[in-house]
Amino acid sequence: MAVGRGQVVALAVGGAVLVAAPPALSSFVLTLLTQAILFSILAMSLDVLLGYLGLSSLGHAAYWGIGAYSVGILTTRYDQGFWLTLVVGVLLSAAVAAVFGLLALRATSVYFLMITLALGMVVWGLALRWVSLTQGDNGISSVPKPRLGLPWTPADGLSYYYFALAGFLLAWAALALVVRSPFGKTLVGIRESETRMRTLGYHVWLHKYVGFVIAGAAAGFGGVLWAYYNGIVSPSDLELATSVEALLMVALGGRGTLVGAVLGAGIIVALKNLVSVYTHRWLLILGAVYIGTIVYAPEGIVGTIRQWRAKGEPS
Amino acid sequence: MTRRSAASLAILLGIVLAAALSAIAVDPGPAWAQKGPIKVGIIAPMTGGAAQIGKDMVNGFNMWLGENGNQITGRTVEVIVEDSQGQPNIALTKLRKLVESDKVHILVGEVFAHIGYALAPKVDEYKVPMLYPVIAADDLTQRKPAKWVVRNGWTGSQPSHPFGEYAAKTLGYKKIVTVGIDYAFGWEVIGGFQRTFEENGGQIVQKLWAPLNTTDFAPYLAQIRRDADAVFALMVSGSALRFPRQYQDAGLKAKMPLIGGGTTFDEFVLPSLGDEAIGGITPLIYSAAIDTPANRRFVKEYRAKFTKMPSYYSEVSYTSGRWINDAAKAIGGDVEDREKFLAALKKVEIPDAPRGPIKLDAHGNPIQNIYIRKVEKKDGELWNTVIHTYPGVSQFWKYNPEEYLKQPVYDRNVPACKHCQ
Amino acid sequence: MPGVLTADFWIIQVFNGISYGALLFLLAGGLSLIFGMMRIVNMTHGSYYLLGGYVALSVIWRTQQFWLALIVGALAIALVGIAEWNAFLKRLSGQELGQVLTTMGFALIFQDLALVIWGGDPYTIPIPPALSGSWQVGTLYFPVYRVFIVGVAAFIGLVLYLVVERTRLGAKIRATVDDPEMARGVGINVYRISMGVFALGAVLAALSGVVAGGFVGVYPGGDFEILPYAFVVVIVGGMGSLKGALIGSLMVGLLDNFGKALFPELSYFTLFAPMAAILAVRPTGLFGRA
Repeated sequence: MAVGRGQVVALAVGGAVLVAAPPALSSFVLTLLTQAILFSILAMSLDVLLGYLGLSSLGHAAYWGIGAYSVGILTTRYDQGFWLTLVVGVLLSAAVAAVFGLLALRATSVYFLMITLALGMVVWGLALRWVSLTQGDNGISSVPKPRLGLPWTPADGLSYYYFALAGFLLAWAALALVVRSPFGKTLVGIRESETRMRTLGYHVWLHKYVGFVIAGAAAGFGGVLWAYYNGIVSPSDLELATSVEALLMVALGGRGTLVGAVLGAGIIVALKNLVSVYTHRWLLILGAVYIGTIVYAPEGIVGTIRQWRAKGEPS
Repeated sequence: MTRRSAASLAILLGIVLAAALSAIAVDPGPAWAQKGPIKVGIIAPMTGGAAQIGKDMVNGFNMWLGENGNQITGRTVEVIVEDSQGQPNIALTKLRKLVESDKVHILVGEVFAHIGYALAPKVDEYKVPMLYPVIAADDLTQRKPAKWVVRNGWTGSQPSHPFGEYAAKTLGYKKIVTVGIDYAFGWEVIGGFQRTFEENGGQIVQKLWAPLNTTDFAPYLAQIRRDADAVFALMVSGSALRFPRQYQDAGLKAKMPLIGGGTTFDEFVLPSLGDEAIGGITPLIYSAAIDTPANRRFVKEYRAKFTKMPSYYSEVSYTSGRWINDAAKAIGGDVEDREKFLAALKKVEIPDAPRGPIKLDAHGNPIQNIYIRKVEKKDGELWNTVIHTYPGVSQFWKYNPEEYLKQPVYDRNVPACKHCQ
Repeated sequence: MPGVLTADFWIIQVFNGISYGALLFLLAGGLSLIFGMMRIVNMTHGSYYLLGGYVALSVIWRTQQFWLALIVGALAIALVGIAEWNAFLKRLSGQELGQVLTTMGFALIFQDLALVIWGGDPYTIPIPPALSGSWQVGTLYFPVYRVFIVGVAAFIGLVLYLVVERTRLGAKIRATVDDPEMARGVGINVYRISMGVFALGAVLAALSGVVAGGFVGVYPGGDFEILPYAFVVVIVGGMGSLKGALIGSLMVGLLDNFGKALFPELSYFTLFAPMAAILAVRPTGLFGRA
């Protein structure tokens, strides 16, 4: 799908704001922005599964959590530096996704939801009960700032923001490459009609599997950055509600667009952190957003915008 | 937009409207920076499973303010309550907001130990004092202290130390089985108990641990050794609600008295318990039945205002108001000078809090009375009658702090269960 | 490993596992039917459970009548479930993502409403004296209330079985579960059957909430605590199968109990891992239909 001029402008403006604005922002807004960026990585990784492959996963936060716990354990117990924790976090999430993919991809639609739910809960259960490894319910705190082996450490809010931004741009570039490649187009084709792709000679299962693993690895990447940002990893990072929230981010922003995932992540982060400042009943609003998205804008914000513009063009 | 049912739209709009209205009805949003008022930021879970604890804390704190003309050293007090939602990252975000945007002079809050540990380094970074009235994680004032955290509550093991001695010497128990919630608070409460109980001749013959959200204790109850003298249970809120009845129904209460950590029978759950709780003996820093004028008045006022018995969550938060007041008075209201304010906060001594006299030890944890309480029924209500008081107990009990700190913090296997089969 | 592995221990554990499984059957039986028929992944199911308990609590506070509370709780939640289905869910058949998100939205809304209406203090539902205490058999104690739970589940299970397998209504339900298109073609009012089954699922969940309220309590967070268990039962037993729900809940009850007793370190793992293993072999669950 060609990128329209309006979109390029929007992206350029957005990019400029993300890069130039932060030094002028208050620490609170900066922290919201950082969180939005980090959650965008989770949302984008899920978008590969949900938006491009058409598979709704109820256990995606597991990979995010695995990335985060890798950091937590390796830094607090084994005193490792950033690069090692990054590699381990991403590889471990990919490996778990590789195993889980074998199980999950035997099913479709509702059963896929259920299996991914089950697998996500297995990981959550381990995080909660394998106390000697994960500290259980208390989580792992005092995760230090990332040791890059460089003279510079992203120690304060502003520098970590740019660090996270770099990570986010990297993830976005990588995922954009994947979805725009022939591989990505095949994923979309599979979403539209598996049987057609099969008759056309594509190895459908292998494409789904690789997509699944890529999504898991990307989520793990985000989880690594998330752990360093918060300084603490706890089982709530990979509980069921987190997986559902990730689905909401993608659905709200607009699935199958990658940029929609970013938008959705931003909105949800703002809602939980900002709206809750003004009212303790922010859960009601969040619930209404869940419902409203599906009822009024099932294609998500970006998707709905694209639909409107498509209607305006001559057919 | 295609045709949608008017009903569903109405329902959704109604929900959003209700939420929006609550924004007007509830605490105002961020206050803009002014020179005049003293600003207090409270971070607590206001939604989710621990919402009532957060509410009790805010109620306790606000009650003190209300009784004192809502002012400290002549300056109005502005309280900004932020919901941490029980999540570390949200708590951290709210902390940033309170410090950077709202410019609070002091923070109070939190319930969960892991959030306490997450906030401590940030509070140190910001150099804004934060009172931890509830968080009882031992190490916060032992091996992992934070300079700007003023822990004016308690440590998990603080009440357990005297209680171990009491159980062995006064109650005369020789063998005890412990059942606890499997997380740091449980380890610390039981660890402290085991240490002094065994030092006074007792033996812990079995240690059982149940995961945090256990609803059905049957598998654990079935394992309890029937040859023990008593069972020590460490339960918190929801689990405290369930455990005594299940314990009784399993036929255990008739054979082995149930004792435990303070939260097992504290005033938070006592109103919802029935006769199965009667006779339960537990130690804590507070009881609503403490018979001093200060406490009698506190309980009476609290019940009148909030129609429920004050729990220790309310008392420590109420006393936090007093604490801030006393520190601010000591420095002439100059809370803007953070270092001075922090130093004053650490020097506060309150002789007549509802829970009795309190002052901080050299490591920053209160030295206070520990009350041994027994659940009794009076006028149709359950009360934690105080049957013995240990005055002036510190977090280190009778041990030398340096020696104490050389040992690792209590956990599942510290102290090791030497007498377990 | 516990130090007390006597015959007493095993008997009690089996009884506990069965009684907990009975509670789970009440909770998950309806969910399984809803799944089977409408393929709805209902995240609100835990809320029905919790709200049923809260409504019953209010009824008992006013009237002291446990049985009345049971009925009112169940019916009130049936209405809630019907409203949710009618206004939102029935439009979303076939859209799993939409269902997950919509039902999750309701779950959050109900959670907060419950907090506003009933506050956050934990409560237990006062049970009638006839159901309190324990029956002593030799050295063993069987809490009467747990026996009651088994009784309720057995009764409901029997009624459901008879209705579904032996009545015309049941035949219509089975037809709709198997193939809604065909059922419509044969003249079955699929809309009404679907609504009825959804309401039934809500009623059962609410009933389990009231019953559980007597020994587990009613408190904020109870909805999301119980939800994974409901899903595990449905997954293990198979979606759409009452028999599967029964076997699944018994399995989960026993596994959970024995897992906690024998391998306390890995208590959630002993529950979820067999679930994942079963799914690996049979993606539709033990007795599920594809």
